[in-house]
Amino acid sequence: MNPEKVVFGFFIVLALTLNFGFFVGEIENPEHHHVYELFAVVVVNLIATVLKFGDRSQMGALLLATSLVAILQLIAATLVWAFAMHVNGVGLTPAVTASIVSLSGGAMLANVISVILLIIETVMLRR
Amino acid sequence: MENIVFLILRRMRQPLLTLLLVYAISILGLTLIPGRDADGNVWYMTFFHAFYFVSYMATTIGFGEIPYAFSDAQRLWVSLALYASVIAWIYAFGTILALVQDRVFQEAIAENRFARRIRRMREPFHLVCGYGETGTALVKSLTGRGQHVVVIDIDATRTNIIQLQDLREFVPALHGDAAITRHLQEAGLQHPCCAGVVALTDSNEVNLKIALTAKLLNPKIKVICRADSHDVEANMASFGTDYIVDPFDTFAGQLAVALQAPCLHLLQRWLTGREGSSLSEPVYPPQDSHWIVCGYGRFGKAICARLKNEGIRVVVVEAKPELAGRPAEDFVAGRGTEANTLQEAGVEHAAGLVAGTDNDANNLSIVMTARALNPELFVVVRQNQNDNHDIIAAVDADMVMHPSAIIADKIRVLLATPMLYEFMSLALYQEDSWACELASRVTALVREEVPTIREWLLVPGENGVLHEFLSHGGAFAVRDLLRDPWQREDGLNAIVLLVRRRNDRILLPDPDTALKSGDRLLLCGDRTAFTRMHWTVSHRHTLDYVKTGEDRPQSWIWRAWYRRRRYSG
Repeated sequence: MNPEKVVFGFFIVLALTLNFGFFVGEIENPEHHHVYELFAVVVVNLIATVLKFGDRSQMGALLLATSLVAILQLIAATLVWAFAMHVNGVGLTPAVTASIVSLSGGAMLANVISVILLIIETVMLRR
Repeated sequence: MENIVFLILRRMRQPLLTLLLVYAISILGLTLIPGRDADGNVWYMTFFHAFYFVSYMATTIGFGEIPYAFSDAQRLWVSLALYASVIAWIYAFGTILALVQDRVFQEAIAENRFARRIRRMREPFHLVCGYGETGTALVKSLTGRGQHVVVIDIDATRTNIIQLQDLREFVPALHGDAAITRHLQEAGLQHPCCAGVVALTDSNEVNLKIALTAKLLNPKIKVICRADSHDVEANMASFGTDYIVDPFDTFAGQLAVALQAPCLHLLQRWLTGREGSSLSEPVYPPQDSHWIVCGYGRFGKAICARLKNEGIRVVVVEAKPELAGRPAEDFVAGRGTEANTLQEAGVEHAAGLVAGTDNDANNLSIVMTARALNPELFVVVRQNQNDNHDIIAAVDADMVMHPSAIIADKIRVLLATPMLYEFMSLALYQEDSWACELASRVTALVREEVPTIREWLLVPGENGVLHEFLSHGGAFAVRDLLRDPWQREDGLNAIVLLVRRRNDRILLPDPDTALKSGDRLLLCGDRTAFTRMHWTVSHRHTLDYVKTGEDRPQSWIWRAWYRRRRYSG
């Protein structure tokens, strides 16, 4: 067992599960999507991205790409949140909540691909 | 470039993770700890404010407490977060600085920069492998002529020194083993502008490998190799190495020319001399008695063969005949540094002496001992080390054989003016009086410094105006080319040595010889002559003046004016 692989796999899977946790629920209802969860998703996704740095293989490049997509989506979601809460002060209206959650849904899709790639790599390695 | 990005990413993983964690924990803590606003109500910092606060706290230690003054619990947390973030930043910066100073990283950057420079080369260049004594001399004279050079050497100190030397062109240098194909490729072996490869390393095997690689990967470029043994020479010649330079054979050949035709030898030395060096005196090796050759190595053997060809009796002095091989000539065992050995070889009535061992101190000792016994002796001395130049010069031998200088001179001529070798081989068929006459013409041209040699090809581009003039049926003779464009009645201090026209070679063409487009000319003269001749061949106006003596107007108005005046007058 390689501890590096454990940490690596842990963060990639955690990024997906947290993302899912934030995503589920009624899309327009702010009660179902807590901001702390969004924070955790962003942090764990950032960690997962940094962990993927510096791998020169084709698989590594693809993994990094999916993470970058997820980060991009999540940052967009947090910007929407910050804008709604602080800049124009409309608060978490159903429209704002829906756009935040759907952006995180896109990030989740990227995270799903990331996990699938991880599984494929593990299966192909057979060690 | 790819390499560097990956190196940075890989090394920065740990510090970036640390930073991320410190930021995340600090932000989370700030949002969880309750504070009190100006009215005493409990408030919680939102993620937005927490992120903003942590961002400026970590980098600048803060502008103050926003949006309200902090409670003591918040201040406690901020002081912890502050130290943690400062440490995380120091760690990240430290890693980056360490990375920049890292050898692997620096080598990756240097290699990258080198590869980029090579890729950007747009002019023909030569690849010189080995930057020892010979390589240094060669690169100096090539760059002095404005030619581009790329250097590979296995020794990092030598490649670093290049940037400190005062060379006229920038010389990219790669620290690497030239026997490895990848290094040759990085240095531009397959670059479309690569004109030639020169293998000058100390090892015959490496030179052989370079020649082989060059011939296989880029068959159309010129490959020039140094070789110290006949074995390797034959091997290199077998796969078509263009030129193989053996310093010992080259020098022995020069000595033979000096014996047969002293003027031709003088001419050779003048024409092949490095630009800026002074004209050398003629040497007249005597043939009236026997010669003594000390040291029967590769050099001694080459000399003996040539001397015997000239019908001169040779006495060989060799300390270890069992290693060097016992010569067929008269033979004396000994080093030659003692008087009795030399006396045994008949030094008192010998005509010449060759001090040709591979030890400079012994060579000097041989010369001084022999001179004491016979002051009239003609002395040839072999110089092995560059550093010994001053002491070798001080004994004032008639001829000095310095392998690195010989190789460098020969290769310089091969790369810059290969026609000169054609000229020399044609000159060998001439009488020595012909050479003497030419030598005196050359002295009249240049007085003290060796003449400048140029090879000109009359094709579009290089000497475009003259080529255009010729291809439109204009008549232009050698005489016209040698006119001074400032005062056409005066001649320039230059001689056309050779004209090559397809398979014809015209040696010292007559002044009335008409030039044709496509001709290749070999010229010698002083430097100003070439600067002025350049005006003739590259400016139509000057060319017309040189040809006709009329200073024709250039612009439309003046041309019209000129025509009217001519018709009315």
